[in-house]
Amino acid sequence: MNWITGTVLALFFGLLVYAESDLPDSREASAPARTHIVPRYVEQSYPETHTPNIVTSVLADYRGYDTLGETVVILTAGIAVILILPRSGRRQ
Amino acid sequence: MRGSLENVVVEGVSRFLVPFIQIFALYVITHGHYGPGGGFQGGVILAASIMLLRLSLGEEYEHRRFSPTLATVVAAVGILIYAVAGLLPLAWGGNFLDYAYLPIPGLSAAELRYHGILIVETGVGLVVWGTLVILFDHLMGSEP
Repeated sequence: MNWITGTVLALFFGLLVYAESDLPDSREASAPARTHIVPRYVEQSYPETHTPNIVTSVLADYRGYDTLGETVVILTAGIAVILILPRSGRRQ
Repeated sequence: MRGSLENVVVEGVSRFLVPFIQIFALYVITHGHYGPGGGFQGGVILAASIMLLRLSLGEEYEHRRFSPTLATVVAAVGILIYAVAGLLPLAWGGNFLDYAYLPIPGLSAAELRYHGILIVETGVGLVVWGTLVILFDHLMGSEP
């Protein structure tokens, strides 16, 4: 690693640390991440889905479309491996 | 070739452990409603049990019980289960993946969502299971 790369990395690291000090505390109830839709999930997840695990209800119900996409990505990876690595073509 | 390791201890321990591993995988998939777990994790454990058998018993023997073709079929059936669970509510008047409109009689909307999540997690588990076995077979480069 030459000195230009090191200087750029150090400057960028410093920039990230400076920006991070300005972020709101995510543990506070008033943080933006906890005021938008999270209260709805926490309060309504069990009455709406009878699922005590909020992670599962968000993953498979509220955000089921995302999970469908993730699953298709996994299957696509498998199909790509089938196509580019022929099983019987070992060390031809 | 009996097994790639040809060791009676390895083979015996593997045969003994695999049923417990697979039962634990089913537990992880179905317990996703109540704690850590779900289709992704349970599918990985199921695939790990198949890989253990292939490593310890030898692929030629093991391919007769769980063939690479069957792995492909399992993965495809999994994504089909997920897609059908999304399309059925669409046909019965709801939105895509709105499990409250699944055509199962005698259940309230919340119970329908509960079972819809279980159906979807099962599909995810099958996809991960099949795909990881596909990856293992092709990366090992074994004969079909």
